[in-house]
Amino acid sequence: MKLLTGPAPHIHDNISTRRIMLDVLIALTPAAILAVLMWGWYMLLLEVGSMAFAEFLEFFVMRVFRKKKDFVPDLSAAVTGLLLVFNVPAGISWWTMAVGLVVAVIIGKEIFGGIGNNPFNPALVGRLFMYISFPIAMISWPVVDWLNFGHAAYDLQTTATPLGNAKLHGIVATNQLFHGLGLNSFLGIIPGSAGETSALLLIAGFLYLWWRRIVSYEIPVAYIGTTFVLSAIFWLADPNAYFNPLTAIMVGGLMLGALFMATDPVTSPVTPLGKWAFGIGCGVITVLIRYIGAYPEGVNFAILLMNALVPFINHFTKRRVFGTVKVNG
Amino acid sequence: MTVWRFKGGVHPPTKKFARDAKIEKASLPTRFYVFVAQNSGNPPKLIVNVNTEVKTGQKIAEADGFVSVPLHSPVTGKIIEIKKEKNPVTGRPADLVIIERTKEDEWVKLDAGSYETFTPEEIKKRVLEAGIVGLGGATFPTHVKLSPSKKVDTVILNGAECEPYLTIDDRMMVEHADEICKGGIAIAKAVGAQKIFVGIEENKQEAIEIMEKTASTMGIEIIKLPTKYPQGSEKHLIYAVTKKHVPSGGLPMDVGVVVDNVSTARTIYRALEYGEPLIERGLTITGEGIKSSKNIIARIGTPISDLLSISSPLDEPLRVILGGPMTGVAVETIDIGISKGTSGITVLPEAIIEKGPETNCIRCNRCVEACPTQLEPYLLYKLFKKKMFNEMKDNNLMDCIECGSCAYVCPANIDHVKAFKTAKVVVRTLGRR
Repeated sequence: MKLLTGPAPHIHDNISTRRIMLDVLIALTPAAILAVLMWGWYMLLLEVGSMAFAEFLEFFVMRVFRKKKDFVPDLSAAVTGLLLVFNVPAGISWWTMAVGLVVAVIIGKEIFGGIGNNPFNPALVGRLFMYISFPIAMISWPVVDWLNFGHAAYDLQTTATPLGNAKLHGIVATNQLFHGLGLNSFLGIIPGSAGETSALLLIAGFLYLWWRRIVSYEIPVAYIGTTFVLSAIFWLADPNAYFNPLTAIMVGGLMLGALFMATDPVTSPVTPLGKWAFGIGCGVITVLIRYIGAYPEGVNFAILLMNALVPFINHFTKRRVFGTVKVNG
Repeated sequence: MTVWRFKGGVHPPTKKFARDAKIEKASLPTRFYVFVAQNSGNPPKLIVNVNTEVKTGQKIAEADGFVSVPLHSPVTGKIIEIKKEKNPVTGRPADLVIIERTKEDEWVKLDAGSYETFTPEEIKKRVLEAGIVGLGGATFPTHVKLSPSKKVDTVILNGAECEPYLTIDDRMMVEHADEICKGGIAIAKAVGAQKIFVGIEENKQEAIEIMEKTASTMGIEIIKLPTKYPQGSEKHLIYAVTKKHVPSGGLPMDVGVVVDNVSTARTIYRALEYGEPLIERGLTITGEGIKSSKNIIARIGTPISDLLSISSPLDEPLRVILGGPMTGVAVETIDIGISKGTSGITVLPEAIIEKGPETNCIRCNRCVEACPTQLEPYLLYKLFKKKMFNEMKDNNLMDCIECGSCAYVCPANIDHVKAFKTAKVVVRTLGRR
């Protein structure tokens, strides 16, 4: 009789990193399809191309530079790729996208040692680089052109997003330009970044991940809730200068950021208390940047800034260990 | 009564294949492989030599110190060899006594009497003389538990049996409820406790009904516990019943509780009433690696190979585990005997134990959520990789109960428990700070 040995436990839950990443991709699929319907085939090309290119970059780095002969892709780079497409204006040129992906995957992730070791969300690192390096391309949002597959997204007339418009022309003009902004932004029928416009589909994707027990609710609830409350304070102070709080949580990529970027496990805290602190911090910074800072939207900066604080949050939000008395500090 | 749910824990498939199988007596093999060190604490001192004739129940090793119990011959026969052999549980070489059976049982028993007539001191003395240890797997000498240095008011019998696959405690409660309850009464008398509880996981309906019927006449209360691993952990069982936390590094008596496994309680009763020393125990033989799962009573020292041969193992590479799949130890040879701590033999084929190579931790949080002790296994493992043992200790490494929940849920296939066991040895050895 041949005996197999190995350490306890001898059974294992049916889960792997690859399966988790696959679930994230599944959760993002509805929003990805909506982008194709709104802006045409070019979006499909961008989405699939970015996932493939990101995976290629990671594979190349691991096999060639880090000499990991047994490296097998786990789809995490594809998630980074797809999230980056979601975070930039639809119809961005393919080479701008490629530059962003190189920064996201290599600077954002691989130089720290690959998956699990990066302090910042790689897709947001990539987006920030693109935002600074290609400012015009990154604020040129094509108008929505439903089910028109005849021309490429980059040929479409560009326009401003609600938040950008509000920063330049004030809230009254913006509300006139975008009729029914609150509802349309919930459904996703507004100009904006490729995957971040439809709150409805993003929430549906998040609920799928929650049902699969891959994410927990603390960060999104804290982030969106904080943004709602702070926006409400501004709005109550002067309804003609600020969006109403419901619209405020629908626009500016807040849903995508709160549901899929801030919840990246690698770059967010581990305990429930830590997650609340992280989410609230993101919300405060987002609103401050939107309404007091120079930029029209603050989700990108807010999450990256809070990413930097994660080690501290983890340190100060440890749980009470079973059978121990809480020590001061 | 309110039952307190502990935080964390996991829900592996319970796979109680042998839950309806009546307990059978295993037939006696010709050779018995008896490790001298079968209890935690000090191993006993051998008092026999090669060629000594021994009788069933005859003492072959004497307790060495307080935290130690004597060992008895499981059979009537002759000692044919005494040698060093690797103990699968500790992984270190240990004295092994090989006894050959020569004739039918001739018993040497302790003096017996009605279990109710003994004084607390007499109960403790008989429990020690019978060589009784915790049968749940920890093998801690029971007479030590019965001699608490602090006031104890509650006895909890552990019938949780939260390990997947194992069913022996379940069957013991179904078939010997009376003896278990009487053992509980003896334990309570020995420690001077007034309250007796039996904690049973909700998935054992039959055992709960039978135990409730038996216990109600004896002033014993049955507590239905949520089915969640590791509900049977001593500290978590005490919390479930009393809401008290056993302090870090402390013992159940620090919160006025003594916990004993239900099978241990039955063994205590039988030692008192019939004078039987601990030379046999119940165990479950189970797993997808064999065709017929069963519950049996086997003599200590019965070779695993004998027990497997009556269970029709599959003709493929198998992992043979002493105990259950979450905390059991995989053996390297099946030519060794079962011991006082063997609560089961779980046999698993490759398809069940298969898991991928270790990958990077993505801090997915599953281990943090699963840890019933509220540790942060991902962090401890990260520190382990950097050999930062002091920092591991500062992060409550020593409170880890080695239940395996973290490794069970890990998508990166990290073997946390193996690492933590190693780290604990390092911390204890260095004794730093």
